[in-house]
Amino acid sequence: MAASRHVLDYPRFLGRLLWMSTDGSWRFYVWMTVLTAICLVGANAWARQLVDGMALTGMSDHVSWGLYVANFTFGVGLAAGAVMMVIPAYLYHDHEMHDVTLVGELLAVAAIALSLLFIVVDMGHPERAWHLIPGVGRFNWPVSMLTWDVVVLNGYLLLNLHVCGYLLYMRFLGQKPRKRWYLPFVFLSIFWAVSIHSVTAFLYSGLGGRPFWNSALLAPRFIASAFITGPAFVILLLQVIRKFTGLPIGEGPGRTLTSVMRVTVLLNLFMLGSEVFTAFYTGGAHAGPAQYLFFGLHGHHALVPWIWTAVACNVASAVLLHLPASRRHVTVLNVACVLAFVGVWIEKGMGLIIPGFVPSTLHEMVEYVPTVTEWKITAGIWAFGLMLLTVAVKVALPVLSGQLASHSAPKGEPTSQEKEHRAAA
Amino acid sequence: MNDFTRRTALKGAGATLGAAAFAHAMAPLTEWTKDLSLDEFLQRHYKELTPEEMKVILRRLEEETKQEYGRDVTIQDLPPQEGVSFGYALNLSVCIGCRKCAEACHQENNHDRRTGNSYIRVLEMEQGSLDLERGNADYDHAVPAPGKYYLPVQCQQCDNAPCVKVCPVQATWKEQDGVVVVDYNWCIGCRYCEAACPYHARRFNWSKPEVPAEEINPDQGYLSNRIRPQGVVEKCTFCLHRTRAGRLPACLEACPTGARVFGNLLDPKSPIRWVLENKRVFVLKEELGTRPRFFYFFDK
Repeated sequence: MAASRHVLDYPRFLGRLLWMSTDGSWRFYVWMTVLTAICLVGANAWARQLVDGMALTGMSDHVSWGLYVANFTFGVGLAAGAVMMVIPAYLYHDHEMHDVTLVGELLAVAAIALSLLFIVVDMGHPERAWHLIPGVGRFNWPVSMLTWDVVVLNGYLLLNLHVCGYLLYMRFLGQKPRKRWYLPFVFLSIFWAVSIHSVTAFLYSGLGGRPFWNSALLAPRFIASAFITGPAFVILLLQVIRKFTGLPIGEGPGRTLTSVMRVTVLLNLFMLGSEVFTAFYTGGAHAGPAQYLFFGLHGHHALVPWIWTAVACNVASAVLLHLPASRRHVTVLNVACVLAFVGVWIEKGMGLIIPGFVPSTLHEMVEYVPTVTEWKITAGIWAFGLMLLTVAVKVALPVLSGQLASHSAPKGEPTSQEKEHRAAA
Repeated sequence: MNDFTRRTALKGAGATLGAAAFAHAMAPLTEWTKDLSLDEFLQRHYKELTPEEMKVILRRLEEETKQEYGRDVTIQDLPPQEGVSFGYALNLSVCIGCRKCAEACHQENNHDRRTGNSYIRVLEMEQGSLDLERGNADYDHAVPAPGKYYLPVQCQQCDNAPCVKVCPVQATWKEQDGVVVVDYNWCIGCRYCEAACPYHARRFNWSKPEVPAEEINPDQGYLSNRIRPQGVVEKCTFCLHRTRAGRLPACLEACPTGARVFGNLLDPKSPIRWVLENKRVFVLKEELGTRPRFFYFFDK
């Protein structure tokens, strides 16, 4: 009986949120208009790429993946990193974090959508995507790691959509969420977050013909850097939310996430150092890609400025995060977060994908530089991801704070969850 | 109320403007969908097609080639022969690096003329080294140069092929006669196989191939040298449209020094078997466990 009511009410609730998302201040309209414009530029560039072919990109048979796959890899990390809010909230009962965990889950949704779009634009025939549907197409599971990635990414997207949707809907109805409808999914999502980024690493590390990627350290490195970018983004995002919505977000979540970053920035640098040592001390052909990346090889240097920028950003963010000033001055913390975000974006993007192809498997030196088309499409997808995140956070917060509630919901009464939190505090 | 309606009207105007801008941005797609027929879109995987369906597809492809390239061609789908398993060997002592094989491949397989594509790359190697690092594919001088030898590399038709393993949609597989093929109408163009191949054997169609009508090789195979669509991966197929009909690969016929030996590994009297039994052959990157069907040897 009750279930059948929700079948209609839940879509109505979502529709109401969607309608509500079109309301906002002039700042909101400006922000969304700018993002839409960038999105459209990207959409147009993609349409042209479909017609004229991927010759419009800087990729070649030697460097057959580029900026798109680099951003895909980074996006998956961002999605996985959001779990760093779920773990303290649900495993360590950090109540302040619990209140804003939803922000992390919404970030995961937006980041996965962004990653999937980067794969779509990298495909020569996106209209044949139905070949991937198990039972309808020919899904090469479990042999192909790419099919594993399809499973885990879509699974993670659904898990997070379910948890966010359910918790918000219950809050809207003024009902206490029933644990069995979300807790198992939350715990599954913790495990799943690690899996999405490990599987993405295995895509590369499983290829014997690419010595630069063929390292067991790749998956741990991916996880460590994911736990840099996720927290860094959320620290900044929470400040933005506090500023624009006046929502009382405590200092606790930011502090916890900063502590996480203090560990992961060092771990990431340590693992990078291990890779660098192994490559250069061993030498020989296997050092070729690392040589190309850091110092240039046979007169080719395209990646050298990229990677040293990344190293500088990563080292600077590690230093800043360990200065006492990062506790006292939020600006120092914010600068550290931005540096860490940019550093990892380069290191795990261009700095990881391109050296896998240079030198090529026949040891030819063919370099890659992204074209304007690629930058347009990349900017468009990032703008789309930010729009998605903006809308999601914007509609979720009034529900969370009780501003938007069903007419039948008990008004003014704090929910039992809130009572629990207060008691605990 | 008044404010509400004004706001709603503004939203409506904004939405209309946005939709119009979006339609304008995506306008190039009309050209793209024009080339995409429903039959083509819904076409099943090669292995799921009945002989009748295949016949219809082959006629459709011939017609499309006629329309787009202005040439009458015959596209066949020759099956692997019973009791045949192909192998290839190359005598490095004899090869002079003239790249006639690469040129023959270019013509035989209807490669894009602008890029000068070929499935074969010839590396100029230093005497005394098998290190590919010291090879050079871009040499431009009289051959053979002193102190050098030449190593042509093409698809090794691995028995444990990394490219086949990684394909998410089984668009590439190993046929019974040992040839690794691609269904160009099933490939989604993700290029994971290109990343996985240790021999740089695969090529992607970055744009629509350009071949003048008079240069098109009209003897074509569905799984081999028909003109490939834009946005899919292709590779050497040991010229299966020739070899499955009892002929030799184009690269072998073009070789002026007789460096190339091709044949049926299951036939004890074949020249390829004689080479494997009497020469000290080796394969490229054996340590990767790919088990190539392409062998190299030195004579002297």
